Amino acid sequence: MSIRERLSGNEAAATAMKQINPDVVAAFPITPSTEIPQYFSTFVDNGQVDTEFVAVESEHSAMSACIGAEAAGSRAMTATSANGLSLMWEMIYIASSLRLPIVMSLVNRAVSGPLNIHNDHSDAMGVRDSGWIQLFSETNQEAYDNLIMAHRIAENKDVLLPLMVCQDGFITSHSIENIELIEDEKVKEFVGKYKPEHYLLNKKEPIAIGPLDVQAYLFEHKYQQAEAMRRAKQVILDVAKDFEKMTGRKYGLFEEYRLDDAEIAIVCMNSTAGTTKDVVDALREKGIKAGLLKIRVFRPFPAEEVAKALSHLKAVAVLDKADSLNGVGGALFEDVVSGMYLNKNTVPTVSYVYGIGGRDTTSKEIESVFNDLMEDRKKEKIENPYRYIGLRKE
Amino acid sequence: MNDMIEIRWHGRGGQGAKTASLLLADAAFNTGKYIQGFPEYGPERMGAPITAYNRISSSPIRIHSNIYEPDYVVVVDDTLLDSVDVTAGLKPEGAIVINTVKEDEEIKKSLKGYSGKVYKIDARKISMETLGKYFPNTPMLAAIIKVSKIMDENDFLNDMQGSFKHKFAKKPEVIDGNMKALEMALKEVKEVK
Repeated sequence: MSIRERLSGNEAAATAMKQINPDVVAAFPITPSTEIPQYFSTFVDNGQVDTEFVAVESEHSAMSACIGAEAAGSRAMTATSANGLSLMWEMIYIASSLRLPIVMSLVNRAVSGPLNIHNDHSDAMGVRDSGWIQLFSETNQEAYDNLIMAHRIAENKDVLLPLMVCQDGFITSHSIENIELIEDEKVKEFVGKYKPEHYLLNKKEPIAIGPLDVQAYLFEHKYQQAEAMRRAKQVILDVAKDFEKMTGRKYGLFEEYRLDDAEIAIVCMNSTAGTTKDVVDALREKGIKAGLLKIRVFRPFPAEEVAKALSHLKAVAVLDKADSLNGVGGALFEDVVSGMYLNKNTVPTVSYVYGIGGRDTTSKEIESVFNDLMEDRKKEKIENPYRYIGLRKE
Repeated sequence: MNDMIEIRWHGRGGQGAKTASLLLADAAFNTGKYIQGFPEYGPERMGAPITAYNRISSSPIRIHSNIYEPDYVVVVDDTLLDSVDVTAGLKPEGAIVINTVKEDEEIKKSLKGYSGKVYKIDARKISMETLGKYFPNTPMLAAIIKVSKIMDENDFLNDMQGSFKHKFAKKPEVIDGNMKALEMALKEVKEVK
């Protein structure tokens, strides 16, 4: 029997970490993820976990400590947001290239500047090519479930990549909502013991980790990382199957909501998907065949599967909560359309940038996107495919 | 079944509007409901206007945006009536409850012709009498329970007794005062005519 609770997204993430009981947590507080290390340090103080909590002096050190701990052969976790992740940037690449399956709870927030502490996805998008697996979470429940699944994915020997679980800052991190928790013992059994194959504290196998990689080797090592990322897709699905057996909650690479017979659809990530589901239901009652594709796994990007799932539609809108400032379109939009092109899917697709710096996204605005798509589906060529939701024009 | 109730709280930083919204979420959760309780964070500082929200429903809540057309509004500080459009989007079949000692006529005048029900309560008096300090959120929590009828008053009091025992485990001497504040507030909410 699961445990009926009510927790904020940050409490949910901290609770998952408590149940995982990692060997090391190293973190530096930053809004809106501050509560995660705050709650976790209380668990350490109360003796509810066996974790060594390293209160570092910066996020660069937090990631460095996680790298050291993981390389030594222990399981390490951290949490951060926005500029905290920016400060980790150098070590983010080192963690993934050393193939260290560190798990991070990333509470998404706008990267400065100017200074803004509110939600968007610019932090996660900034590290989308760093070799980390990225899972996105609509609710506190998904943030919790994704963390429980995280180590099984990251530590799989076909993968060995670090993994970040994203959730929307404030919108889910600071909202108290219902959640079904899994019993401690079941989590312990599901996550299992960490048994690294190669690690620094193994007396029988003295090794060095991360020395110089010259012209003769780096290319091949990057190829191995890319291969591991490609293999991660199947491992994510396998772990989700086991998770479903334990909880009854089903997870895939993405969630399709009333998409089967839809004519128009929105593709988005995190909490906006919930608002979109309500709008889809309301439009269906009016006879409009609207649907949703919610990305859960953004890295590795399930390009072929997404293209296939969208192939029967008449128009698609991809919503990005970060503007790539590249003159072309948001990161999710680019990935979706390139996947569609390679899979010969020519459904008209438009890009919407929305919710920047915590700008609230309402049901009415989501409905207006579907209304736009109803017009777009009639057109031969779509004008202005780069659009904005909730942007003041004056 | 779509029986979702949406509540918007207006207060000033430090008065506990956010805490009240979280306590309300807790109480509704304990009666088996699906709940959301969340503040709208701005540049936080003592005394600045703040907004907090609640959604309460019999079925899972999926929407994640602020509340623009609330069923109920709670105003924890009546000095906000001059600066914040507290009835914005408030449904006419809903109600607003205000912590104030102002005369009915004066209250009505500041609500821009809102046609729904208006209630008032002197949360300062209740708080001072029961707690000896000004914590308006406890009486306001009881007031919104009374006005919105989202749960049985006795169930609410029993549940809060449990919550306070947990919340004030290290200072049990304030539990009785808080319970008295709730009981008094349930009786003292008055409709503004």
